[in-house]
Amino acid sequence: MKSIRWLALLPPLAILFGSAFFNSVEPLVFGMPLVLAWLVIWVILTSAIMALIFAYDPANKGGDAGAKQ
Amino acid sequence: MNSALVIIFLAAALALVIGVLARGGKKMTLEQWTVGGRGFGGLLVFLLTAGEIYTTFTFLGGSGWAYGRGAAAYYILAYGSLAYVTSYWLLPPIWRYARQERVISQPHFFARKYDSPTLGVLVAAVGVVALVPYLVLQFKGLGIIVSVASNGAISSTLAIWIGAAIITIYVTVSGVHGSAWTSTVKDFLILAVAMFLGIYFPLHYYGGYSEMFNAIEAAKPGFLAFKASGAGIGSMVWFQSTVLLTALGFYMWPHAFGALFTAKAEQTFRRNAIILPLYQLVLLFVFFCGFAAILKIPGLTGDDMDQSLFKLSIQTFDPWFVGVIGAAGVLTALVPGSMILIAASTLFANDFLRGLRPETSEETVARTARGLAPVIALVAIYFTLQGGQSIVSLLLMGYAFVTQFFPALLGSLMRNNPITKYGAFAGIVVGVAIVIWVTLTKSTLATIAPFLPDQLKDINPGFLALIVNVIVSGVVSLATRQAAATATVGGA
Repeated sequence: MKSIRWLALLPPLAILFGSAFFNSVEPLVFGMPLVLAWLVIWVILTSAIMALIFAYDPANKGGDAGAKQ
Repeated sequence: MNSALVIIFLAAALALVIGVLARGGKKMTLEQWTVGGRGFGGLLVFLLTAGEIYTTFTFLGGSGWAYGRGAAAYYILAYGSLAYVTSYWLLPPIWRYARQERVISQPHFFARKYDSPTLGVLVAAVGVVALVPYLVLQFKGLGIIVSVASNGAISSTLAIWIGAAIITIYVTVSGVHGSAWTSTVKDFLILAVAMFLGIYFPLHYYGGYSEMFNAIEAAKPGFLAFKASGAGIGSMVWFQSTVLLTALGFYMWPHAFGALFTAKAEQTFRRNAIILPLYQLVLLFVFFCGFAAILKIPGLTGDDMDQSLFKLSIQTFDPWFVGVIGAAGVLTALVPGSMILIAASTLFANDFLRGLRPETSEETVARTARGLAPVIALVAIYFTLQGGQSIVSLLLMGYAFVTQFFPALLGSLMRNNPITKYGAFAGIVVGVAIVIWVTLTKSTLATIAPFLPDQLKDINPGFLALIVNVIVSGVVSLATRQAAATATVGGA
């Protein structure tokens, strides 16, 4: 499942370029300006994506021992 | 003295006591003093790195920018996420190399990687310069809290001197251990206070979030979305270039780089890449405080925007609770302030001075580092009292400096480093020179090159310096590599 790491490209793309497509105050989403809500959603998704990558990364199989590749 | 001030001073005193006790009879070698003997587990590394993120910069600066600049403040929420994504792959190789080579500092790292003590001295010098505005903003935060809490009875000048003295004392006595333990207390307090205020203000003053944002939109249309191109700070291109600049620079701070070495295992960093983005959501509540103040405390302009959160608190709560908020604010300045002071004095003694005179003994360096802490604090006090810049602008200035290390760092982690030591040196010097020039002349791309299209004019000048840095590094590396190749062929 090495290909799962490519998911890490999504947060930078969404935050840097996606924001341009959602750049408005209205409609309010979750009570927040649209563009702020977009960024918040991506902060949360970043965490989820990193958790997925962590789970499938063979480097993390050896517990907390450290320098395994 | 009112009860708010009493609580604020008690918190400061408590921080000092914890800091002094944390030393716990350990002998203070330089490595012990700066990287805690390389034995901190995940939680402490988490707290140390988070301790640097949640500084006065976030608490007062973040709310101040939300209040005074609107959508521009969103960059603060965005850049951390990108930095954490990068950290998953960037930090483990740095940590491994540092452990293997017993590296204790960022300049040391660069000097080893490029086999160039001169490069180490340069990195140390730039690091100290970049840390000064970071220290200045912590002092500035302390000054705001204490003087606003006293209704001006304690001048902000006096408040800055008191705060600087406390930071200097516990740094001198306990080094990094003091910061780690006080950091625990402070993180809990700031989390609770920021979340409470971010929920309370909008509900209390507006009856809800939607109501608050509708009211702000009616009063200042478009303030909470990015501006049209050509608007400079707060435009889309400014946001993009600033997020890139600060995300790449996130771990380039000498003290953040130094905190990496305190980890026991590289796994810590990968796990932190999952948790830290969520921790960042505290910022959202900080923004809400600034937004709530827009219509309730109008008229704070220039660097006074940093007072918005605290002024609104005083208008809203009983003095004892203002004291609790102030205490949280003071701790968010003291803890990172002490980390920064440790980093700056160690850099100067161990990497700059010893870099110039390699025969200096370990004891002399350790003694000099401690002796330098008050001196650097004095320099920062001087700049703090000059005033004029908002907290966020100060940090962005620091970022523009430290991000100049990124190209050389990235190159050094590659199997075949495309950058030579001359390339790295030239790139950093040119990048830093541009930042200094832009800062002193207050230039933007709009004033340097008025013929450019509006989108390009919005680029953060620090990011422009980074691009020039990359080009110079590349060209000089190519030239020196070719010269070396010719010399080898010629010599053979």
